[in-house]
Parts: sequence; structure tokens; C-alpha cells
Amino acid sequence: MVAMRDQIEAAVIEILAEQLLLTPADVAPDARIGDLGLDSLGKVEAIFALEERFGIAIPFNANDAEAPDEAPDFDFSSVPAIVDGVARLVAQKPT
Amino acid sequence: MRRVVVTGLGTVNALALDVPGTFAALAAGRSGIGPLTFRDHARLTIGIGAEVKGWDAAARFPQGLPLYDRVTQYALAAGAEAMAMAGLPQDLGPRGGVILGTAAGGIATWEDSYRAVFAEGKARVSPLTVPRLMHNAAASHLSILHGLQGPVLAVASACASANHAMGLALQQIRVGAADVILTGGTEAMLCFGGVKAWEGLRVLAPDACRPFSLGRKGMVIGDGAGVLVFEAEDHARARGAAVLAEVAGFAMTADAGDIVAPDADGAVRAMRLALADAGMAPGDVGYINAHGTGTLANDRSESAAIRAVFGAGAPPVSSTKAMHGHAIGATGALEAIAAIMALRTGILPPTIGHQAEDPDCALDVIANVARAAQVRAVLSNAFAFGGLNAVLAFRAA
Repeated sequence: MVAMRDQIEAAVIEILAEQLLLTPADVAPDARIGDLGLDSLGKVEAIFALEERFGIAIPFNANDAEAPDEAPDFDFSSVPAIVDGVARLVAQKPT
Repeated sequence: MRRVVVTGLGTVNALALDVPGTFAALAAGRSGIGPLTFRDHARLTIGIGAEVKGWDAAARFPQGLPLYDRVTQYALAAGAEAMAMAGLPQDLGPRGGVILGTAAGGIATWEDSYRAVFAEGKARVSPLTVPRLMHNAAASHLSILHGLQGPVLAVASACASANHAMGLALQQIRVGAADVILTGGTEAMLCFGGVKAWEGLRVLAPDACRPFSLGRKGMVIGDGAGVLVFEAEDHARARGAAVLAEVAGFAMTADAGDIVAPDADGAVRAMRLALADAGMAPGDVGYINAHGTGTLANDRSESAAIRAVFGAGAPPVSSTKAMHGHAIGATGALEAIAAIMALRTGILPPTIGHQAEDPDCALDVIANVARAAQVRAVLSNAFAFGGLNAVLAFRAA
């Protein structure tokens, strides 16, 4: 399970780095997305890449992204939040 | 420079299959949004759209149906209604034209032909595939049916297509290239591939379109067509035509920034230039039919732009997309019809589905219920992906 989480974290960082034109070493494991400078298209491309990589469907609506007073369907605010969300969806996958 | 007026309207959309039904629905604040019904819709994440209902294509087009994608069918029905309302002669010839917007053209025809060869393993597609799917199909069929031999073309600028088309029509008549132009837009993007593509952008609302409201979740796609008869005023007066409104001004600008994110400055420049082209002061405008897609980004940016142009006393604003959906390349035409309804009837159509005021959209939003007001001038905004802004100004006849 820990190994799986590490794999997911590595994939999240790699995919974000690709969208940001950075190397994975430049994206900290606790980075906040708002601080990374990812634009709206970069965000939906990263989500698409995660869905393809893990065979999951991420319930993300760009119009939720900045509504802090209500819990979004998928928390895309930081690397750990994304890793948690992807791990949950991977665990829910029918085996 | 000749003045240009509107002498006919026609439409097919999710609210109704004609102008009177559409006016009634807009005034009543009725929604045309409902569950999707087209082939394979159950495989989509998004389950709602503003589909045209009760469309019997075979009965409407007993002759030409194999040639007409739905995008053409809708335009032909709207065009026939507009021509009849205008009472135009059928012998306009080189002095008549057609300039229609569409963003996706015959997308369902693309889908059908790819499905046939890729999924079903067929060896060939219909020989009519190319003439059905080309973006100018609707404009060309209108020209053929009504004998319009002057400027005829399609305009593609995503969600601003219809406004750009109407702006070009205005300019063509002003400079004397034609006396009459059928203009507006048509769209039939509600098919599996069309909605699947939009889903990827994560901007579609799962429940309803709630422009300018707190809690809005994005846009809802609609289908349909709006066709307006733009006519040189001297030509209309000479034949004793009823004038519905004056097409007073138009302007277009580009953000030259992001391919999808809107920039308020481009919208500000388009509204100011359209007012200047119309010879209007901001205080003359009594109603704005906003682009108002219901996304966080558009509505916030558009609100800021309207405040910048009109100040704290900005006129009442609504987005009728909450009723007829976002008809992409046709939407500007549906909204021009709504704006002309406001001028003609004194009923400002509402933004339905509005739940609570958003401090980021500090406007006088006509929420949920139509408002009665005598207005002499209106604006209709369209701001497209690609950073393209097109604004029309209409004045009471």
C-alpha cells in the first residue's frame, strides 16, 4: 500500500512537472498547485494524464476549483491532496 | 454609409421551433435544458443539454434530407421563418446574401462516417459526406433555396461565430455589397463526440446553467439556429417592410492572450468600440444580453468588463443561456433574438437558475423572473475561446 502511494506520488509529480515544463525534482511532494503556476488547461491536461495512467475517472469540474466554502468533488489544491484522491479512486477500482 | 435594420427573425432551439414560442418561453423563464437522448449518451459523464425537441426531419425535408446534417436543417427552418416574416421577394439574386456562423459544422456527419469505417468496419461512407459536413453547407443551402447570389459564406469563431457573422453582414450592407443578408448562426453539436470533447475541458455543469450566480458549475450545451434578416434601411422602407430594430453597431477585438481563459480588457474594448460604432453613450443602453456562460471564469471576467464600461450604474443584464443552453456558434443569434424581443416587447428576459448573488459578479442581474422595462438600445455580447470578442448593438426601430 505504501509502495502504491509512492508510485502515485511519483506519477503526480512527473505529470505536473511535464505540464509546468519543469523537472520532477522541481516539484516538492508538499507543493501547493496555486504556487506552481499551473494554468487551467495545464490542470485539465494533468487530470487527463492521471486518468489515463491509472485507469480512473476523476470527478473534477473547473468551476469547483476556487470555491473554498464547499468541498470540491476532487481536491486538486496540493500534491498530497491529489495523491490522496488518486489513491482513493485506485482503491475503489473494481478488481 | 447605409443604415441597416432587422426585418425578419427565425429560430429553432431547445425552447421552441419558432420565434413566437421562443419569445413566450424567454418571457416565462422556461428552461429548455433536460436529459440528453442521443445515441450513446449513457456513456457520457454529463447527462444534460438543451436539445431541440420534437424535430421531425423527415416530415420537414421530404426532398433534401440526405444532403442536410442537422446543422443545416435547423438553419433552413429558421431561415424560412425569417424570410416569411420579412415578406421578402424571392428575386433578390446578387443583391441578397447569407453569412452564418457555426463552430462545429456537420459534426454528427463526421461522427457517423468515422463510426461506419472505424467501429463498424464498413468499406465506404455516403458520397454526400463532404457536402453535408462542410461548414458552409447551411449558408449555401439557404442561398440555393432562396436564390441569394451575393455574399455567401460561413464564419467560424467558436462561441462568437454568430456575432461575427452578423457583424460582417452589417458591414457588407453598409458598404453596399448587398441589400439583404440572412445572418446569424446554427449549431448541432449535441452528439456523443461533441459532448465528449467538451467534457474533457471540465467546464460543463452537471445540473443546470446558472450564469452570474454563486454555486454555478459551468455551461450547458444547446443546439439550434437563429436567422435574422438584415436589410438596408432604404431597401426596407421602399418596399414597406415592417422594421423590427436597427442594427446600430458592431465591434470585434482579440485578447491575443490565452487560448481559453478570458481577458476582461478585450471585452471592454469590444463593448466600447461597438458603442462608438453605434453612436451610443453607455447611458443609452437599457439592457445587455451577456455572454454569461455560467463558468466561474467567464462570468467574473465579463462582470468586470461591464462594470469598467458602464460603471456602477450598468444596465440590467441577463444570460438567456440558462434557458436555451450555450448553442456555441449559434448562440449569438439566439441572444440577438432575445435582445430584439426586449426592444420590441419591453420584457427583459431573465437569467433563470440564479441562486444567490456572487460578489464577483456585481451587476444588476435579472434573476429568475423577466422584468418589464421600456428600453431603446441593447447590447449583445459574445466572447469566444481563442480570445475573440464580438459585440452587437441594436436600437429600437
